[in-house]
Amino acid sequence: MQATATKLKGRRGDSVLFDNLGFTISRGEALVITGPNGAGKSTLLRILAGLLAADSGEFLLLGDDGAALPVLEFAHYLGHRNAMKRELRVQENLSFWKSFQRSDSGEGLSVDEAIDQIGLTGVAHLPFGYLSAGQQRRIALARLLVSHRPLWLLDEPTAALDKRSDRLFADLVRQHLEAGGLAIAATHQPLGLENVRSLELSGIHSAASEEVWA
Amino acid sequence: MMALLRRDLAIATRSGGAAMLGVLFFLAVVAVIPFGIGPDLNLLARIGPAILWIGALLASLLGLDRLFQADREDGSLDMLVMQDWFSLVFTVFIKSLAHWLATGLPLVLAAPLLGLLMNMGATSTGAVMLTLLVGTPAISFIGAVGAAVAVVLPRGGLLVSILILPLAIPVLIFGVSASYAAVTDPDPFWPPFMILSAIALFFAALGPVAAAAALRGASD
Amino acid sequence: MSDTTISQGWFTSLANPTRFLALSGRILPYLATAAVLSLVIGLYMSFAAPEDYQQGITVRIMFIHVPAAWLAMMCYSVMAIASLGTLVWRHPLADVAAKTALPIGAAFTFLSLLTGSLWGRPMWGTWWVWDARLTSVFVLFLMYLGLMALHKAMDDPARAARPAAVLTLVGFINIPIIKFSVDWWNTLHQPASVIRLDGPTIHASMLYPLLVMALAYTLIFFTLHLMAMRNEIWRRRVQTMRRQAAQSIGGGA
Repeated sequence: MQATATKLKGRRGDSVLFDNLGFTISRGEALVITGPNGAGKSTLLRILAGLLAADSGEFLLLGDDGAALPVLEFAHYLGHRNAMKRELRVQENLSFWKSFQRSDSGEGLSVDEAIDQIGLTGVAHLPFGYLSAGQQRRIALARLLVSHRPLWLLDEPTAALDKRSDRLFADLVRQHLEAGGLAIAATHQPLGLENVRSLELSGIHSAASEEVWA
Repeated sequence: MMALLRRDLAIATRSGGAAMLGVLFFLAVVAVIPFGIGPDLNLLARIGPAILWIGALLASLLGLDRLFQADREDGSLDMLVMQDWFSLVFTVFIKSLAHWLATGLPLVLAAPLLGLLMNMGATSTGAVMLTLLVGTPAISFIGAVGAAVAVVLPRGGLLVSILILPLAIPVLIFGVSASYAAVTDPDPFWPPFMILSAIALFFAALGPVAAAAALRGASD
Repeated sequence: MSDTTISQGWFTSLANPTRFLALSGRILPYLATAAVLSLVIGLYMSFAAPEDYQQGITVRIMFIHVPAAWLAMMCYSVMAIASLGTLVWRHPLADVAAKTALPIGAAFTFLSLLTGSLWGRPMWGTWWVWDARLTSVFVLFLMYLGLMALHKAMDDPARAARPAAVLTLVGFINIPIIKFSVDWWNTLHQPASVIRLDGPTIHASMLYPLLVMALAYTLIFFTLHLMAMRNEIWRRRVQTMRRQAAQSIGGGA
């Protein structure tokens, strides 16, 4: 399995954030996107996830047989927000995503196993709103475990996490890569892995408005 | 998809949920009418069906702005949009259905009580219940379009009502005329009721597709 | 986090709820027995009472209807006093009392509206009229439901307490309006016949069953209210314990 971006061009409003951007990662590899605030890390990830349209270029996920796979169904996207309902219990939240994001690429962990993995055993029966910000973020990471999808798209996954949880997160990503997964993350956290490529976004590339309004 | 229906219903009925607010609003709106126009029972019986329909229309518009806004605020909406086209349309359909079950259906069930307060007869109340049962889903489904369009706006609540009210007018027209036709003798009940059902089915098909398109376009 | 300060404040005051739980646990069996006994006696007396020469057998609805209406108002008065307790002394039990009285009061109000409606159909020829007494009781019913919705809208009971107390006190204006509506306006509903300055105007054969029923309703109210308060106290303890559990697991940041 291989994820390839070619000649991606993305913009926010009138300003082009990146142009002619390309990379390839394959099984067991991770790509870390770095850059200053506003450089377009989130925009890039949302384009990869299919939530935003790229101005030009394309992002493809190719299966082992070389056929293109729909990114929508083979990728997990973890945004800034946790995608959990405060009113519902942790158990209800996770089992909802488990059945909603069911995919053909393999079984995920059970809800209890996933909660054990992120080190919050015993939290399942509590309403999500009772948890602290760091605990909530870890539950959001558990969503990636309950249904199996090979490509992880992570936007600042370690926000609100403490040092210990940082390591826990790095372990989760390593396990995912070792199992043949792929990960693309916007993070400043060193993952402590060998096969990590990095991509630095430098900021505003050019102003498109010059062409349009000139 | 059953999981989505269960989740939305659970949120609506848990603490902080809006399930019963619509009925309360309905009750309050209909109850203030006699204060405004006086307690003439014959007059109330005559305008009762129309009042009930307007009250139900306003009440079902009430929670619509939260339909996608709540999911957007906590980030769930990204995951809902990250699906192939058909699944996204079906997701919107299920969410609208859940919204109707939580806010529309209670209105239908509360209608007889309000019919009593409006001094409406049994036939008239029954007709209003039946037309509401068919008409309120139409409002939820077409309302999903407004909710999807307004999802990125900070104060979408009023806007959703303004966008949807004109579209809901045909529902109101045929709902009320069917209700009146049931009690006034020469007018037949079935033609307007059939048109109302047709509108409901049309909106159930059109609403989710249009709302899905709007959600795709609105994600930022 | 502010959560800890709230729970600590709650815990220091838990001494009182604990005593309340112990005391109410001892009283409840007697109260419940008395309520059931007086209800049985009251119902027997109601059905043994003579039929009215004008109203016939429908007069018996009054034995259900009148005490329900009294209790609807008394329950709101209890809530208003409890709300004063919330605002002035900030006693957590006061909020529990006000909150748990809501559904009971709403039920009594609904009962009085329902039985009044059943009586009105044969007597007045209509289920409902918009006269001052009926309308003001209906407004009371709406206020009960509105307050319940307010409590339901807040997931933290401590934050709902004060707004709900203020609203309860503002709504108390309605109680004297209900009471005197039959005197102030020309209404279809008959004027007061039991509680009036020159003594009751109804015959003893009807007065006594009515009073026994009123006693029964009052006892039922206090039984249900005590039970509901105990449930609410336990519910809040569960909530506090859950918050603590959330903090202790995984060294939550």
